[in-house]
Amino acid sequence: MQNKTFVAVAVGLGLITLSACGSTDAKSSADSKSVTLVSHDSWAVSKNVLQDFEKKTGYKVHVLKDGDAGQAVNKAILTKDNPQGDVFFGVDNTLLSRALDNGLFQPYTAKGLDKTGAAFQLDKDRHRVTPVDYGDICVNYDKKYFADHRLTPPQTFADLAKPQYKNLLVTENAATSSPGLGFLLGSAAQFGDDNWQGYWKKLKANGVKVVDGWEQAYYQEFSGSSEGRKAGGDRPLVVSYASSPPAEVIYAKKRPGTAPTGVSYGTCFRQIEFAGLLGNAQNPKGAKAFIDFLVSREFQEDMPLNMYVYPVVQGAKVPAEFTEYGKAAEHPETMAPGKIAANRDQWVKSWTSLVLK
Amino acid sequence: MALPVAFFALFFAWPVAAIVARGLKADGVWQWGRIAEVVTQPDIRHVLWFTTWQALASTALTLLLALPAAYVFARLDFPGKQVLRAVVTVPFVLPTVVAGSAFLALVGHGGLLDELWGVRLDTTVWAILLAHVFFNYAVVVRTVGGLWSQLDPRQEEAARMLGASPLAAWRKVTLPALAPAVAAAALMVFLFTFTSFGVVQILGGPTFSTLEVEIYRQTSEVFDLSTAAVLTLVQFAAVGAILAVHAWTVRRREAALRLVDPGATARRPRGAGQWALLAGVLVTVALLLVLPLAVLVRRSLDAPGFGYYRALTNADGGTFLVAPVHAVWTSLQYAVAATTIAVVIGGLAAAALARRDAGRLVRGFDALLMLPLGVSAVTVGFGFLIALDKPPLDLRQSWILVPLAQALVGAPFVVRTMLPVLRAVDARLREAAAVLGASPWRVWREVDLPMVRRALLVAAGFAFAVSLGEFGATVFIARPDNPTLPVAVARLLSRPGDLNYGQAMALSTILMVVCAAALLLLERLRTDRTGEF
Repeated sequence: MQNKTFVAVAVGLGLITLSACGSTDAKSSADSKSVTLVSHDSWAVSKNVLQDFEKKTGYKVHVLKDGDAGQAVNKAILTKDNPQGDVFFGVDNTLLSRALDNGLFQPYTAKGLDKTGAAFQLDKDRHRVTPVDYGDICVNYDKKYFADHRLTPPQTFADLAKPQYKNLLVTENAATSSPGLGFLLGSAAQFGDDNWQGYWKKLKANGVKVVDGWEQAYYQEFSGSSEGRKAGGDRPLVVSYASSPPAEVIYAKKRPGTAPTGVSYGTCFRQIEFAGLLGNAQNPKGAKAFIDFLVSREFQEDMPLNMYVYPVVQGAKVPAEFTEYGKAAEHPETMAPGKIAANRDQWVKSWTSLVLK
Repeated sequence: MALPVAFFALFFAWPVAAIVARGLKADGVWQWGRIAEVVTQPDIRHVLWFTTWQALASTALTLLLALPAAYVFARLDFPGKQVLRAVVTVPFVLPTVVAGSAFLALVGHGGLLDELWGVRLDTTVWAILLAHVFFNYAVVVRTVGGLWSQLDPRQEEAARMLGASPLAAWRKVTLPALAPAVAAAALMVFLFTFTSFGVVQILGGPTFSTLEVEIYRQTSEVFDLSTAAVLTLVQFAAVGAILAVHAWTVRRREAALRLVDPGATARRPRGAGQWALLAGVLVTVALLLVLPLAVLVRRSLDAPGFGYYRALTNADGGTFLVAPVHAVWTSLQYAVAATTIAVVIGGLAAAALARRDAGRLVRGFDALLMLPLGVSAVTVGFGFLIALDKPPLDLRQSWILVPLAQALVGAPFVVRTMLPVLRAVDARLREAAAVLGASPWRVWREVDLPMVRRALLVAAGFAFAVSLGEFGATVFIARPDNPTLPVAVARLLSRPGDLNYGQAMALSTILMVVCAAALLLLERLRTDRTGEF
């Protein structure tokens, strides 16, 4: 009895859907003059640097920020048969095996790869990924706290378990946060597959606090960051990055004479980020040009202040704040991606039941 | 009927099936053995146990605190009642991120309680339970209060005349009549808290995890799709069972009672007991519902001269490609599209379900329509990504994806609001009109439409508010250069610094005001036969 309405409404809805499809087709049909970058939320580049690339190559760059690093990789793997873009940036050494084993990338040897440090090239034989930047996950300390209490800041993993540092450290959940995971992997690299659990038992007994994410740890619990001080944070040790002290200087309302925080260089774990040409990319030529751009000197020197990471290309200049307050670690802990892949899930599981339960 | 079925098949069943199959099918063979493997793991068992008991505790606590309010709204008449009813409903349509941050500002580190008494409840189960009460208070008040106001008070009075004590009269007369509504409300609260995501994620810290949070972690972080698929199926089964029981109680409620006009049953409070009850309810509402929202508003005003609000119009912040205030406009557009889809789909489904000749199969669809409320948003989001990726349905880059996902959540509310009203339209009226020579279109326009117009508006309003606040699925599929309000709030919250935090609070306040305005409008339209929400 209400058939006509049904029909009218059905037609209406059909039109909405059709018009939606129409606009989709216009966008997704890749004209060879545009290249789409899929990345995580932290991707950032100076406008003029990106415009330079567009001018030189004639490609228009679309950026699709697809959640945090883990989510972006997972989504890219799920959609790899029909990818959302041409080039992916932001898979790090802790997730690299997952991306490679799932066949996310096709090989491409970037122009300028020879200028990147050999230690960063973790897929040397097949060149499915190109290193773009690196960073160090390290414990940061609140200089004022340790000066006031006439304490030497801890320097090594082992120091953190000592009684004079009881109830001072806050770290992140290794299951949900990438610095949290990095710190766990660093401890495993330092103490070995069989002994890291004993170390964490000691840390737990020494009052380590675990929160879900880096933001909460650094901006609420840590007493050394300007936000943490305001929020009443009372932990003078936090798992963060070697490049965090420069950020404290650069973003301060009134520029301090020196960084308010320091880095415990014996607690560092190295993180390297890669870019790759997505399999089934619609514009592989543009993607290749973009990867070349990522290891170009111009981009590499622009990168540190945008993403707070260090350049992998030798000789690329870093800002003065970095060399002064936040050098990269000289001897960070490292771990082969294959070993990380083989152990990560199991370790996170035992870490969770050991520390959180 | 065909259109709603097609809609749910295409945009719900298929994507969810696709992602479950991706997890559970290896080399084309279903790995059913994984189910037993996964559910016997101690970690997973722990999650299942926590999910269940916190949902039970939340439901009990909500009933305890909200049932007196249901009585007050039903039986007492006081100035400002309409406004208060809108106020208690605001939390229900607020996005969980906003509510989560409001609670954090109240009970978290450096929050109000911390400043006053040094009490911190975040990362304890109490914060989760209180937040669940905050969200679901309105479900109980509206469902139970709505029915209570239509129960004839003379029945209870008659029992008193015949010598029953007040308690006995209530227990023997009112309670049995109310029981189905209480059961329906309790089941709804249980469903919402059983599948709770944002609240647990923000307030629970790393130790607490519900099934829904665990599905999110397994899919998005651990990338163990087979475990996620098993957990999705477990949640499906649980939600299906809850909905089946719920449908049964709803049918019982529709069947048995003779109802009166609610306007006639409410009176001015008399005696110390009623005044005390009213005061108690007002205090509860003030502390539990209004205070967190007030803290939110106050924090948004911390900067002099509405600084945080003015900062919203500035695109240079770097968090987005556009000025945050742009999100308001985006959200409104999406919500209008989502509401249109939800009303069309939900309305057609309700019309089909309301027909007297509807068979068992169609009635079963009634419960199925509620399923999207109980299925993990991340499952739907990932499902969209892998199922809707081929022309002509490659919608992954299209703006329509967001309204579609929001409509999935909005449509059940439309059905629930429209169905009782449509069932109440006397079929003989239509037949009479037809006999007098009206065309079917004219019958609909002149008989059905005038009777259901208000319900339709209420349904649309609810769908609008729910779409506006939808977070879980939207955050997954919204394009980064076009964030909706809740997505923008979440992203601002995850950024460092006072300015971002203040802007998040300011945007939350805007969102809250829009939702409250929509609800106040609904209060004016409220027909008392409509709906459970």
